[in-house]
Amino acid sequence: MSSSLRNQVGQLARRSILRTLRQPAQIVPAIVFPMFLLAVNAGGLKDATNLPGFPTDSYLTFILAVPFIQGALFSVMNSGTDLARDIETGFLNRLALTPLRGAALLSGLLAGAVVLGLVQAVVYLSVGLLAGAELAAGAGGALVLILLSVTITVAFGTIGLFAALRFGSGEAVQGLFPVFFVFLFLSAMTLPLDLLTTDWFHAIASVNPVTYLLEAIRSLLIEGWNIGQLALGFAIAAAIGAIGMTAASSALKTRLVRT
Amino acid sequence: MSETQPAGLGSVARAVAWRSIHNFLTNPAFLVPALMFPLFFFVSFAGGLAAIGEVPGFDFPTGYTAFQFVFVLLQSAAFGGVFTGFAMARDFETGFGRRYMLAAGHRSGIVFGYALAAIVRAFITWAVLTTVALVANMEIAGSAGEIVALYALALLVNIAATMWAAGVALRVRSIQGGPLMQFPTFLILFLAPVYVPLDLLSGWIHTIASINPITALLEAGRGFISGDPVLVGAAFGIGILLTLLFGAWARGGLRSAEAAG
Repeated sequence: MSSSLRNQVGQLARRSILRTLRQPAQIVPAIVFPMFLLAVNAGGLKDATNLPGFPTDSYLTFILAVPFIQGALFSVMNSGTDLARDIETGFLNRLALTPLRGAALLSGLLAGAVVLGLVQAVVYLSVGLLAGAELAAGAGGALVLILLSVTITVAFGTIGLFAALRFGSGEAVQGLFPVFFVFLFLSAMTLPLDLLTTDWFHAIASVNPVTYLLEAIRSLLIEGWNIGQLALGFAIAAAIGAIGMTAASSALKTRLVRT
Repeated sequence: MSETQPAGLGSVARAVAWRSIHNFLTNPAFLVPALMFPLFFFVSFAGGLAAIGEVPGFDFPTGYTAFQFVFVLLQSAAFGGVFTGFAMARDFETGFGRRYMLAAGHRSGIVFGYALAAIVRAFITWAVLTTVALVANMEIAGSAGEIVALYALALLVNIAATMWAAGVALRVRSIQGGPLMQFPTFLILFLAPVYVPLDLLSGWIHTIASINPITALLEAGRGFISGDPVLVGAAFGIGILLTLLFGAWARGGLRSAEAAG
C-alpha cells in the first residue's frame, strides 16, 4: 500500500472510529439488546439440553454464539447509516472532489465496524463467561473467537456500506435490519441443526450461511478446536465480506459518477 | 348564516382512524413489516423450536405450533398498538397532530381514532397469521367460544398497548420516542413463558415470569386454544386493568400535548 493510500485510509478510519465511539446510540443497543436476548433465551430454553443429542448440558454456552451474530447485524446498520448520512449531508460529494481513492473510502469507513466488533466481542464473551458459560478452546480460543467475531462484523458491515451507496438513505439502511434478522431466525440459532425436526426449517437452516457462522463460534465454546468448522466459518465470513465489498465498490463508482 | 360546528367525538375518531388505516394500507413500508414480523416470529419459533415439544415435562395437548401461535398472536396485538403509536408520534412530529388538535371539538376522539386504526390493523395481521397457522396444520382443540375469547384477549392487549404507546407519543411528540414505546413492550412480553410453560422455567426467569401479568394472559390464551381454559378471570381482569391504566396514561398524554400547544 502506498503512503498516500495509507494516509487516506488512516484519516477516514480515525473519523469512522471517533464517530462510532461518540455515538452511544450506536454502541449501547448493539451490546444491550443481544445481552437481553441471551439472558431470556438462556433462561427460557434451558430445558432444551434435555433433548437427546443436545451437544452440551449448558444452554447458556450453546446460545452464547448468537449475540456475536446479532452484534454483527448491528454493524450493517451502523456502518450503513453513517455512510448514508455522509451521502445525505453532501459529505460524500465533497470527498468526491478530492483525490481520495474508493478503496480508501470503503476501508476507512469499516474501521468503526472493526472497533465496534472488538468491543462487542469482548463484552459478550466476558458476560457469558461470568454468567457461567464454558469456553472449551481455552484462552487461545477466546482470541480466535474475537478474531472471528470481528471478521463477521466487518463482513456484514460491507453490506451496510453497499446498501447506503445503493440507496443513499439512512431510512433504507435501517429497513434492512429486519431482513437480516430473517437470516438469523431461520438458522440453527436456538437448536443444533440435527435437532431441527421440522423438515422445511431444517432445509432452510442447512443452506443458510449464518448456521455455519454460529457453528464455528459454538465449536470453540463447546468442542474446543474443530479446525474444519472454524475454517468454514472464516471462509463464509470472508466470502460475505468479499461480495459486500465488491458490490459496495461498484455502487460507489455509480454514485460518484452521479454526483 | 350557519356556524360551522366543531366535529364531535365519533366523527373525529372516524376521520383519524380512516387516515391512519389508509396510510397503513397504502404504504408498503408500514404494511409489510406489520404483516411480516409476526409471521417471521411464528415461523421461526414454531418451525425452529418444534423439538422443544419433546422436552420431558412439556405436555401441551395441541402441540408446539399452537403453543407458539398464542404468544405470536398476543405479541402482534401488542406491537400493532406500538406501531400505531409510531404513526401518532410521526403525525405530531410533522405538525399534522397539531392540526388535529385545532380541528377536533373532542380531542379524545383523536386517541380513539388511532385506537380504532390499531384494531383494524390487528385484525388484518391476525387474519394473515391465522391463515398461515392453519395452513401449517396447527391443531385447535378449543370450542368456537374459546377461540373468540382468545381473540378478545388479544384485542384487549392491542388496546392496552395502543394506549401505552399513545401516552408516550403524546408526551414526546416525536418518533424519537419510538424506543420508549417499543422496548418496555418487548421486555414484558419476552419475560413471560415464551418458549415453555411456566412450570418448566427455573431460576430468575421463573421468578420474573411468575409475577409478570402477561404470563396470565399467555396461559389463558394457551388454555383457550387447547380447549382447557385456565386463569380466564385473571387474564381478562388484567387485560381490562391494563387498558384502563394505560387509557389514563394516554389521557394524561393528551393533556400534555394540549398544554404544549
